[in-house]
Amino acid sequence: MIGFLQNLIDALSLGSLYALAALGIGLLFGILRLTNFAHGDFISFGAYALIVPSLEVTATKFIGNWPWYLTLPAIAALVVLLALLSDFLVFRKLRQASAPTLMIASFAVGYVIQNVILMVYGARPKAIDVWSSLQQQVVIGELRVPQLQLVTIGITIVLMLGLSLFLNRTSYGVQMRAAAEDFRMARYLGVKANFVIGLAFAISGLLAAMVSLLFVSQTGTLSYVMGVPLMLFAFIATVIGGMGSLIGAVIGGFAVGFVSVMCQAYLPEELRSFRDAFVFAIVIAVLIFRPSGLIPTKALVQRV
Amino acid sequence: MNSPLVMRQIREWWPVLSLAAIVTLVTAIAIWMGGDEIKVTLTEMLIRMTVVIATYLFIGNSGILSFGHIGFMCIGAYAAGWATCNPAWKQLMLTGLPAFLQENEYPFLLAVGGGGLLAAIVALIFGAAVIRLSGIAASIATFAFLAIVNSVYSNWDSVTAGTSSIIGIPQVVGPWEALAFALVSMVVAYVFQQSRYGLMLKASRDDEVAAKASAIDIVKVRLIAFVASAFLVGVGGALYGHFLGVLTVDIFYMGLTFVTLSMLVVGGIGSLFGAVSGVLIVTLIVQVLRAFEAGFKIGGATVALPQGSQEIGLGVIMALILLFRPSGLTKSREVPWPFTTRDARPTAAEQAQPAE
Repeated sequence: MIGFLQNLIDALSLGSLYALAALGIGLLFGILRLTNFAHGDFISFGAYALIVPSLEVTATKFIGNWPWYLTLPAIAALVVLLALLSDFLVFRKLRQASAPTLMIASFAVGYVIQNVILMVYGARPKAIDVWSSLQQQVVIGELRVPQLQLVTIGITIVLMLGLSLFLNRTSYGVQMRAAAEDFRMARYLGVKANFVIGLAFAISGLLAAMVSLLFVSQTGTLSYVMGVPLMLFAFIATVIGGMGSLIGAVIGGFAVGFVSVMCQAYLPEELRSFRDAFVFAIVIAVLIFRPSGLIPTKALVQRV
Repeated sequence: MNSPLVMRQIREWWPVLSLAAIVTLVTAIAIWMGGDEIKVTLTEMLIRMTVVIATYLFIGNSGILSFGHIGFMCIGAYAAGWATCNPAWKQLMLTGLPAFLQENEYPFLLAVGGGGLLAAIVALIFGAAVIRLSGIAASIATFAFLAIVNSVYSNWDSVTAGTSSIIGIPQVVGPWEALAFALVSMVVAYVFQQSRYGLMLKASRDDEVAAKASAIDIVKVRLIAFVASAFLVGVGGALYGHFLGVLTVDIFYMGLTFVTLSMLVVGGIGSLFGAVSGVLIVTLIVQVLRAFEAGFKIGGATVALPQGSQEIGLGVIMALILLFRPSGLTKSREVPWPFTTRDARPTAAEQAQPAE
C-alpha cells in the first residue's frame, strides 16, 4: 500500500510536468491549430539558459546561480522571448496556412533551435545541479517524499489555478477563449487577433520555462534533445485528452504520467527498458476506443 | 511511328518517364565525373530518393503528414541486416534472433524484400490503429511511432545489438543499384497515384467530406497507401544498410526525418516531380553547406562556417520555402508535357492535379 502511494506521488509529479507541457501545446493548438513541435525545444532552451554558453564539458552556472526569485523570472522572460520571436519570424506569416504546413514549420523551427543549442553548447550532456537542497525527503507517516516532487505538484496547481482565473475572469482571457472557440467570429467581434495570439505564445513560453526548470532540477542533466521526449509525451497527452481542450490536456498529462510511472514500477525487470514503448502502445490502444480523445472538442471536426 | 496512340501513351507516362530520364542522366554524369566521394554522395542521394518517393506516396496523396516513416526505414534496414550479415557474428552477438536468421546468410534481393515486408507488416498493425484518427492526431501518433521504434531498437540488445552497432553487412549497393531502386519506386508511386485507389485517396485529401459522401472508404485507401509506402521505405532502409555496411539506431531518427521531410517540402509535397526534384535540390544545398563548413580560401585566409551550419541552414531554407512557396518549388505539379498536340484533351495525370 505504501509502495503504491509512493508511486502515486511519483505519478502526480511526473504527470504535473506533462500536464504543464501539454497545456502550453494545447493553448496554441486551440487558438491557432498549430501543433507546435518546437515546444520541446523551448523547454531545452530554458534549461540551457541557466548556464554560460560554452562548448566545455562542465557547465558553469550563470542565471542558475541567482536566487530563485530572480532565476524564475529571468528564465521565464527568455523563453517567452523565444516563443514570441518564433511567432514573429515564422508563424505570424503562416496565419492562413494549412495545418500540415504549420506542423512542418514548427518542426523546422524546433530543429533550428535544437541545432543552435548543439552548436553553442556542444553535443555532450552536461551535469548541472539546480536547487539540490530540494532533493531532501519529507517524511509523512511511512511515506518519504522528495520536497521537489511536492514543489512540482504545488507549482503546477498554482499555475493551473492562475491560468484558469486568467481565462475565466479577465477580459483578455475571455478573448482568448473566444478565439479558441471560433477564431473568425471572435475577430468579427473585435478581438485583436495578433495580440491574443501573441499572448498565447507568451503563456505557452512561460509554461515551457517552468517545465524546463522543474525538469532540470529533477534530472540534473542538460542535453540538447532533452525536450523532445517531454514534447512527445505532452503531445500524446493532448491527443488523449481531446485536442483543443485545455482540461483534456491536463487530464491527458496526468494520465500519461500515471501510466508511465506504473509501467516503470510494475513491469517485469527485463521489459522495463521498453517502458516508453509500452506507454505509447497503451495510449494508442486508448485511442482505438476513443478516437477523438477523452474530452472531444469541435476543433478537429471539419465544418462544411 | 508517330501514331496518336503511341503519343497518348508517352504523354500518359510523361511525368515519370521524364523524371526517370533526368535522374538517370544526373547519375551517369556524376559517375562519369568520377571520384569515390561523388559516388558515395550519389548513392546516398539515390537511396534517399527511394525513401522520399515512398514517403510522398503516403503524404502527398493522403495529405496526412507522417513523421514516422524513418521508423519504417529503421525496421527495414535491421531486418535486411539480420538476413545478410555474417552468421558467426550473429550467433555471437544477436542471440535473440530466430534460428533461421541466425544460421543462414540470405541473398541481397531476398533481404531487401524481407526488409520491406517487415516494415509493411508493422505499418499494417500500427496503421490499422492510428489511421482512423483525424489527420493532425494521426501525424502526432506517427511522431510517437518514430520514438517507439527508436526506444525499442536501442534497448533490445539481443536482437539489435542495442546502442552498439550491427557490423559486417555486405556493402553491395553502389550508385547503379540505388538508381535501379529509385526508378522502380518512381514507377510504383506513379502507378499508384494514377490508380483508382490513388485517385480516391487524393479526393479524400482535397475534400474529406465530399469524398466520404461519394462512398470512398477513406480509412481503407489511407491504409493501403500507408502500407505500400512503408514497404518502399523499408526497402530504402535495407538499401541504406547495404550501402553503409554498419547499422546503428540513431541514424534513423530526427536528423534523417528532417532531411527527408525538407526534401519533400522544398520540392513540393503534392507531386512526384516535387519529391524527386526536392531530393536533387536539397542534396545540392547540403553539399554546398558542407563545403562551406569544411572551409574555403579567400585571399590566403581560410573561412569556414561553424559545424552545424548545415542543419541550421537547411532549417532556415525550409522555413523560407514554407513562407513564400508553401506548395514547393514545383508548386506540387507534375512535369508538364512540353509539346503542343492537336489532342487537347487533358490526360488523367493532368486531371488529377490539385486545384491551386
